[in-house]
Amino acid sequence: MWDWQYAKSILPKLLEVIPTTLAATFAGFIIACLLGLPIALAKRSSSKWISFPVIAVTEFIRSTPLLIQLFVLVFVLPQSLGIILSPFLAGILGMGIHYSTYLSEVYRSGIDAIPKGQWEASIALNFSKTRTWTRIVLPQSIPPTIPVMGNYLIVMFKETPTLSAITVVELLMTAKVVGSASFKYVEAFTLVGVIFFLLSYPSALLVRALERRMKRRERRGLAR
Amino acid sequence: MEWLSLDLLPPLLTGLKTTLLLTFYSIIVALCCAFLAGIGRLSRSPILRGIITAYVEIFRGTSLLVQLFWIYFALPMLLDIRLSAMTAAVLALGLNYGAYGSEVVRSSILAVPKGQIEASIALNMTPYQRMRRIVLPQAWAMMLPGFGNLQIELLKGTSLVYLITLMDVTYQGITLRSYDISRTPAIFAWLLILYFIVAYALTLIIRLAERKATAGRG
Repeated sequence: MWDWQYAKSILPKLLEVIPTTLAATFAGFIIACLLGLPIALAKRSSSKWISFPVIAVTEFIRSTPLLIQLFVLVFVLPQSLGIILSPFLAGILGMGIHYSTYLSEVYRSGIDAIPKGQWEASIALNFSKTRTWTRIVLPQSIPPTIPVMGNYLIVMFKETPTLSAITVVELLMTAKVVGSASFKYVEAFTLVGVIFFLLSYPSALLVRALERRMKRRERRGLAR
Repeated sequence: MEWLSLDLLPPLLTGLKTTLLLTFYSIIVALCCAFLAGIGRLSRSPILRGIITAYVEIFRGTSLLVQLFWIYFALPMLLDIRLSAMTAAVLALGLNYGAYGSEVVRSSILAVPKGQIEASIALNMTPYQRMRRIVLPQAWAMMLPGFGNLQIELLKGTSLVYLITLMDVTYQGITLRSYDISRTPAIFAWLLILYFIVAYALTLIIRLAERKATAGRG
């Protein structure tokens, strides 16, 4: 049932849309990274008026499907606010907002891991609040979280097929179109699976190696 | 809130029934896969380990939606069988989240203190007894938080089955929208609320299980 000739003929069409899929992944990731930090800071805020609503909203976003959130951006926004987004823009915005709630937790755990002495030392040195954050806290809390961030980048890459539901032309959408033209779905969907695996598995191995290195460095730091 | 009208609820609730059923079946399949793969990956046989590692890495390395489409559209053509949308969805969700869950199972079993295993060997327990009486009860308590997160992810994943025309709550929402486009905001607001309620209920169930698993232990 597997037709090599046919598989070879549709491969170029699939390879052609890989840049779109990657662009959506990276654009979504950048939005998530940028949005995640203020959310993390708001969650840690000492004022309940700030932290509580932010925690409630992020929990809500995390517990509901990305697909529905994408539909909200595409169908509800134009109707209730008159904002019309292109499918691609809605897709990266939706993914970005959804995963910013996950990344905010990553940032938060990084910030919480900073030893208390570091805060006290910066107070003792009469550092301003901005200086404490930009010079002491953030430079120490972001690097250890890089492997976890890498994991989320891969997770977002694997989430891009969901964007086909709002007609973003990425890998799965192309496979659907190609497959429906000939009623040969086996080759098209299998190739998409293989492409996803070939791109995500080496990245996952890389992230795992990075994670091991970070752990080793941490242990060395403790021994010192 | 007038626009969040209640007459939308009955059709959505019929769809929610399918979503809940699908979630329930998928969680059971995922749990079975997670335990079989998680324990099997610790086996001494390199062949068994290789097969299980391939399963876990393939399902973790590709997209859930691609797997769903592959199982629903490609697999029946390849094997010349017919799968219902429900079967395909349960298979895809169960195998996918089972692969993630197997890592939770494996790491929790490895986290049981070595002394516990040595003690059970010293007590002349068989490997089966050791697993059932000593290792798994302790590992189970450690697995629950990980399973809780996966459960929520699985619930969110069920929304994708609308794309293979299974009539879940998302499908009902889209259908309602096609009758009256002006009610789009209300329909999607209801969908988000319903998913959130189910997710919250699942969280409560896991919390209850956690309390039960750690009862009587320091």
